[in-house]
Amino acid sequence: MSMDFIIAAIITVVGISTPILLAGLGELVVEKSGVLNLGVEGMMLLGAIGGFGGSVMASMYGLGPLAPWIGVLTGALAGMLGALLFGFFALTLNSNQVATGLALTIFGTGLSSLIGVSFVGRIIPQFGSIFPPELARDPILKLFFGYSPIVYFALVMVFAVGWFLRSTRAGLILRAVGENDLSAHSIGYSVVRVRYAAVAFGGAMAGIGGAYFSMVITPMWAERMTAGRGWIALALVVFAGWRAGRLLAGAYFFGVLMALELYAKAAGFSILPSQFWAAMPYLMTVVVLTLISMRDRVGLNAPACLGKPFLPAT
Amino acid sequence: MAKLNRRHFIAAAGAAAAAMPLLGGKALAQEKVKVGFIFLGPIGDYGWTWAHNKGREAVDAALGDKVETIYVENVAEDASAIPVIRDLAQQGCKLIFTTSYGYMDQTIEVAKEFPDVKFEHCTGFKRADNVATYNSKFHEGRAVLGTIAGKMSKTGVLGYLGSYKVPEVVLGVNAFTLAAQKQNPAATVKLVMIDSWFDPPKEAAATETLINLGCDIVTTHTDSPAALQILEQKGLYGFGQGADMSSFAPNAHLTAIEDIWGPYYIERAQAIVDGTWASADTWDGFKEGTVVISPYNKAVPADVVALADAVQAGYKDGTYDIFTGPIYDQEGTLRVKEGEIMPLADLAVIDWFVKGVESAA
Amino acid sequence: MRLKLEKRQQPSKLMQVVTPIASVLLTMLVGVVVFDLIGIDGQRAVVDIFLTPLLASYKWQDVAVKAAPLVIIALGLSIGNRANVWNIGAEGQYIIGALCAAGIGIAAGTAGGPIVIVSMILAGIVGGSAWAAVPAALKTRFGVNEILSSLMLTYVALQVLSYLVGGPWKDPNGRNFPATAPLLPDQTLPILFPGTTIHLGVAIALVLPFVFWLLMSRSVFGYQIRVVGAAPNAARHGGFDGNETVWLAMLIGGGMAGLAGALEFAGALKAINLGFPSGYGFTAIIVSFLGRLHPIGCLIAGIVLAVTYVGGQVAQTTVHIPNSTAGIFQAMMLFFILASDILVRYRVRLVPSTKAAPQPAAGE
Repeated sequence: MSMDFIIAAIITVVGISTPILLAGLGELVVEKSGVLNLGVEGMMLLGAIGGFGGSVMASMYGLGPLAPWIGVLTGALAGMLGALLFGFFALTLNSNQVATGLALTIFGTGLSSLIGVSFVGRIIPQFGSIFPPELARDPILKLFFGYSPIVYFALVMVFAVGWFLRSTRAGLILRAVGENDLSAHSIGYSVVRVRYAAVAFGGAMAGIGGAYFSMVITPMWAERMTAGRGWIALALVVFAGWRAGRLLAGAYFFGVLMALELYAKAAGFSILPSQFWAAMPYLMTVVVLTLISMRDRVGLNAPACLGKPFLPAT
Repeated sequence: MAKLNRRHFIAAAGAAAAAMPLLGGKALAQEKVKVGFIFLGPIGDYGWTWAHNKGREAVDAALGDKVETIYVENVAEDASAIPVIRDLAQQGCKLIFTTSYGYMDQTIEVAKEFPDVKFEHCTGFKRADNVATYNSKFHEGRAVLGTIAGKMSKTGVLGYLGSYKVPEVVLGVNAFTLAAQKQNPAATVKLVMIDSWFDPPKEAAATETLINLGCDIVTTHTDSPAALQILEQKGLYGFGQGADMSSFAPNAHLTAIEDIWGPYYIERAQAIVDGTWASADTWDGFKEGTVVISPYNKAVPADVVALADAVQAGYKDGTYDIFTGPIYDQEGTLRVKEGEIMPLADLAVIDWFVKGVESAA
Repeated sequence: MRLKLEKRQQPSKLMQVVTPIASVLLTMLVGVVVFDLIGIDGQRAVVDIFLTPLLASYKWQDVAVKAAPLVIIALGLSIGNRANVWNIGAEGQYIIGALCAAGIGIAAGTAGGPIVIVSMILAGIVGGSAWAAVPAALKTRFGVNEILSSLMLTYVALQVLSYLVGGPWKDPNGRNFPATAPLLPDQTLPILFPGTTIHLGVAIALVLPFVFWLLMSRSVFGYQIRVVGAAPNAARHGGFDGNETVWLAMLIGGGMAGLAGALEFAGALKAINLGFPSGYGFTAIIVSFLGRLHPIGCLIAGIVLAVTYVGGQVAQTTVHIPNSTAGIFQAMMLFFILASDILVRYRVRLVPSTKAAPQPAAGE
């Protein structure tokens, strides 16, 4: 195996992993605040059409080089709007989170298809490299400098989210709300407001993850183009045991699994049926989930209030 | 279903027709013959469905004074297709095209209920008195692509992105490989089946994988332009599938196989108008104009263009067939003897790859 | 002015019936407005989606066949939802149930008749229950969140299906297309009305809600489920075992989903291909909530959802909106019904806001 081969394989893995990393980071914060939003797939699709549509519009109004950046913003916004819809029902009206999240996925799938009809077959301007082309195209250095800006954004966000949750006061409050909403409420924090902020952030991240599909991997719009990656992102959060650092490792691990299947096929051999590879992320998530739950409850990272409605005594 | 039930079926259809005015009363007043289309994807997919819809528009253009067309897009290939097909029959369609393999049993099922309505199922093999089948010899187009790829590839390693190991894809892989080997006897084809007709992220990742394993030209048998976009980014070459996709990849897109259904649809609709329609199995190619090659990219040198055009011309006058022996399979067994041509019946059920195809299964 | 919620002593019976109907009507209204805004004939779309399937008699059989699996799965899920056991993997249990039935069909070869058919149905129930037993075991033994584990297993089930129909169970005469061989005529469920597609499964879906109703209202089990859901601590004092409830809820939910899968396979589809999983297991969660977790409610809600599916197809031919647009309506119905829960549990009062106490008449 040559150096070039390994570098190219790593670049493929990074490409596969980035959208689930982005959406997973968002959902991690949401779940840390005690909310389970199962609408990730729907928010990703909204982000995908939002980002693509935003880019098309921006380039139509002559904003050429800025268009991809505007697309990221509109993608994030579209995901966030979906998340706020979820928030209105699940947080303000205290509806069941599981059912509301599923409704959001169905809603996002339908709405993105409907909006997308007028964007099929359009093309959009691409992100330029943020590094000098000598670095971005260098056969070895491209391993570090050859990616879309969104990839670096995702990496920065891993550290930002990890730092936020661990070391900031706001992060502490967010975790407190997720661990014990009633006591957080009793010492004067607005549980609902904190959760709204977390849910909105989760929507924006899922939206950017979705936009990565329609703007970077394959710059086009196609109905249901995320093909179920939102559910993998949900699995990823659990697989990572609700920790940002492990989420990064987990996302790349899932990416490696997917790439391995393709490499094995292209190299002309198959050890196991491809379906086994495809099922692996989910199976391993169940295993990890069980291991986490078996361990001493003290070390448990799953937020105690996950998915439960906030019902303060009035 | 026993024959005894036939009468009940007709009765049910009659009752349905009586209920018609609720839905489309206006349509009954018109004299035009209604022709319906069931589409798999959205008509704007720039691939399979887009091409079929072009065929439908050709019918409108040619027979607009005698024929009216209606269509349904995004019809899933499961039982939910049955009510959609039935709906078209109930709306008064005299001829219904179901344009994907996955509608086969559903088409047969609904056809039993409506003996007076004619059905045409694309790429299937089950027929009835009122159900015809039609298909396109896409593999003839693959032979042209293989010729170009074999000549233009520097590494001699070609990539093929497939969906499932169904006869249409196997034929495509084999035609592509054999044609490439005519130009470069050492050419090999790496094949990846992604177990889906449509999964853009996976198509993109699979294309990157093929490139990394040394393929410098990749052709796709899946429905999105994802692979072409990756090839464009890498400065490599590929081909469009089903339609001219050069707008997605102006440099990478060498040419494309275009599916042209218009002539066939016009012929069959005319047969309904004339009352001469009969069930048949039609498998057209270059000669009938069903398979067409898009304009070549500037990057294709003149000598390669000449070779590619020669393949097309050979198919049109019947002097060329890529499935002419000797043909060996992956294990090196002689499958088609020197000078023999594989009969269509064998092509329709083919399930083995030729020598030079590197695949997992 | 602000809204004040006063908790009701008893959940409002009236609201429980009124709100689902209001949700459907509100969805239709919002649908007209939203579709008009994006340039689609909203009135036509809503009429086609909600009314055409009911008005055109030849659409009734489509609605019935579509509603059957939704009703059956929703019945099972309602039990779990009442007991606060969240099985959202019904889609996977539905798939495994159908696969088990298909396995019996393949094993039976050319044999047919009632024994084969009954075996297929039973295999479906067992298969669905077995798939649901995994999250149940993980929950009761290790405290694993059943929402996450049942969801993950759905995606594993999809791959099991893809493997079987593309590999060992592929139809030998199917030209390598990934699908099982179709069942023989005497292996399929009987058709109730000749000349229609209404199969035995529709009758089962019609009877089961009443069975569940009796079970829930008359039996100790029904009482247990209700108590565990309403007050887990009180239930423990009352001698009801939480783990037992989890097991029962999961097994019944999985069994019903598996039954629906087997009936859909043996009654409607007759073969399994990659298009078999059509989201019934997820939509049934909507049905369960729209039906207020009540067996008869599930029956009605299942029919309503089936209407939107069939109507969505009508709207495809008439106003040319994509298939998944029906999903927007289904999601809206669920949003509204979930939101309106608040009206069942609380009385909504307009009260003067604390800051602007002196002028109650002003503002909203």
